[in-house]
Amino acid sequence: MNFDLTEDEKRFQSELCDFLDGEITREIAEESDSGLGLGPYSWELMRKLGAKRWLAPSYPVEYGGLGLSRIYRYIVQRELDYRNALAFIKCLGLIGVDIAGPTILRHGSKELKEEFLPRIAAGEIEFALGYSEPDAGSDLSRLRIRAVEDGDSYIITGQKIYQSHSHFAQYHWLVARTDVDVPRHKGISMFVVDLKTPGITIEPLWEMSGIRTNQVFYEEVRVPKKYLVGEKNRGWYYVASALDLERTVSVGYLESVVEKIIDYIKNTSRNGTPLGNNPIVRQRIADIIIEIHVVRNLIRRVAWLQDKGIVPNSEASQAKLFTGELFQHIAQAGLDIMGLDGLVRKDSKRAMLGGLMESFFRSSFLPSIGGGTSEIMRNIIAVRGLGLPLQ
Amino acid sequence: MEFTFSDEQKLIKDTAREFLENECPSDLIREMEDDEKGYCLKFWQKMAELGWLGLIFPAEYGGLDGNFIDMVVLLEEMGRFLAPVPFIPTVICGGLSILSSGDEALKSEILPKVAKGELILTMAISEPEHDIGAGGINLPASEQGSQFFLSGTKIFVPYAHVADYLICPTRTKRTYEKSDGVTLFLVDRAAPGLCCTEMKTLDCSKQYEVVFNQCQVAGAKVIGEVDKGWEITRSVLEGATVAQCALMVGGAEKVLEMTISYAKKRFQFDRPIGSFQAIQHRCSNMLVDLDGAKLNIYEAAWKLSQGLDCTFEVSIAKAWVNQAYQRICANGHQIHGGAGVIQDHDMQLYSRRAKAAEYYWGDTNLHREIVAQQLELDNPARAGRI
Repeated sequence: MNFDLTEDEKRFQSELCDFLDGEITREIAEESDSGLGLGPYSWELMRKLGAKRWLAPSYPVEYGGLGLSRIYRYIVQRELDYRNALAFIKCLGLIGVDIAGPTILRHGSKELKEEFLPRIAAGEIEFALGYSEPDAGSDLSRLRIRAVEDGDSYIITGQKIYQSHSHFAQYHWLVARTDVDVPRHKGISMFVVDLKTPGITIEPLWEMSGIRTNQVFYEEVRVPKKYLVGEKNRGWYYVASALDLERTVSVGYLESVVEKIIDYIKNTSRNGTPLGNNPIVRQRIADIIIEIHVVRNLIRRVAWLQDKGIVPNSEASQAKLFTGELFQHIAQAGLDIMGLDGLVRKDSKRAMLGGLMESFFRSSFLPSIGGGTSEIMRNIIAVRGLGLPLQ
Repeated sequence: MEFTFSDEQKLIKDTAREFLENECPSDLIREMEDDEKGYCLKFWQKMAELGWLGLIFPAEYGGLDGNFIDMVVLLEEMGRFLAPVPFIPTVICGGLSILSSGDEALKSEILPKVAKGELILTMAISEPEHDIGAGGINLPASEQGSQFFLSGTKIFVPYAHVADYLICPTRTKRTYEKSDGVTLFLVDRAAPGLCCTEMKTLDCSKQYEVVFNQCQVAGAKVIGEVDKGWEITRSVLEGATVAQCALMVGGAEKVLEMTISYAKKRFQFDRPIGSFQAIQHRCSNMLVDLDGAKLNIYEAAWKLSQGLDCTFEVSIAKAWVNQAYQRICANGHQIHGGAGVIQDHDMQLYSRRAKAAEYYWGDTNLHREIVAQQLELDNPARAGRI
């Protein structure tokens, strides 16, 4: 048992923190909070991190990484989240670095690796996760978008929904149906699609949090066969393992939110008594800190398992489940502690903490849904983790 | 980071599992609930032979030089089998107090006997109407010549009736700083003026009220220094809290295993109930509760073993396992249905102990308050840790 980072990891973390503290500006945090995605300042930071090989330090050296253990990426993700930088979907990391890249690395052709991995690691490109459809959410194997072979291409037609990142990412990490005559999950393939390809239309959907997500329509979109990832009809299995990689979450952002709530407690009095002396407030915030510590250890365990080369399944789902629900616990506790003060929006008269809790509340419902719902996480934990029989 | 046990720790775990499986069936637990002594001497002596009673003592005192993670590994197994023994009182409360006293003569006199299973110790810390903590130690010990006289009442003293000695934190000076003026005494249980009365509890864990009536203790029986006993007490409390947590997760893991196995073999509506999502999701919640508890306890034990400050981690661990274990038992009972509430079923042995353990060594509110203190909520000038 050892809960400490190694000396090398600590040195890396401290160099990274020094660098980020110098580089992260108000503009970058504002872009993170804008709901519009990565803007020019964020892209610049991506590229600067990439130039230092710190964006994807766990990638092999030949593909732009440092060939370091998975823990290093966990450190980067945590420190970025904590500083509210490059944090479009809070806590879930980047689609390119954390999902598309690792899958291409494991299953993609040499050509695909050479085309995409160095650019992902350099911070030049981002992906959008092309999974959900109107009739295929948690039951993803029911996806209907069709990819039909035509010479050296696939022709793709259909519709995707809740496509966060797709309005600013360059590529779509798309799963589409390539065979209709086999059991559902055996007829799905994975593609990398340039989102500028003719026939793709992107329409915004605005979340209650103010964050933009999208519908993406494919109308006879021609995708060269070399952009098929791995083997045809094996996409379902790549999604399953990529979901495991996606579930390496970070709670750096949540820690920063809790620190701001603590700041408020320290600097606010009610009925003549400092909130910090109110036993109810003390109990509520302590409970949140306790949950943060629990989830931090669940997450560290996932990073450690990945480091050992074990694909986490139940463990990753535990961390994702806990993190998603923690958003709501923090929203409730923070708002309960702040009372009326918590309701005031950013830029309004008398906004506290810059209107943080008002917007945090609006963003707190999605994390237990996106990236795999809490219910799916519990199914996975029950079946894979505890060996209970399939329903 | 490393989230596995060492080979030696795995060996401790396997040995303990095998021994307890054979020697500690649930019949023995039931028998001990009604037994006057509450533990079986033969069983205790076998534990001594296995080296468990001296596990964390240095070799020079008959111990095995183990660390606190080794201890947690062992305690988890003891918790799993609900071993009815005065282990925490003797080894952690008694052993650690004496070990941290700096008193060579006392260490050489007591520790080897504890390791051999020849002495039972316990700690009399809780007082009526007080939480445990420096401010909760008010039982006065007044000095007269080379003697001290203790007067007052301690409660929830485990196994006081069979203990050879009680370690008793007392108040010898009253100042604004509560941690100043605490003195620890090693009190012979047979000392005149000391009276033990059983308190029958939910978990049948042999708790006693101990009344001191002008109970005379020689100044030589002070553990550590007069007025300076809080540091020792505090470190013992931390150790005992982690130890209690380890017993609790051991029990919680067994509850989860019993529940999963029942959910797989119990058929209703022509299918195992474990195939229903309603049951599965309860089970998944149990696993998350359990794993979260384990990792936090290992973190606290790891910090203890490294000699790092662990006040924060210990309280986080206890506050979480307190709540997690209750949820695990509630889910376990619900899934076991009617069978689980029958006395012959083991479920109720665990759920009664889970509830009692929630309040030993600090309840959830107390540990949340300690966490809040670490955040320095009443001090805007200082950044607390999170």
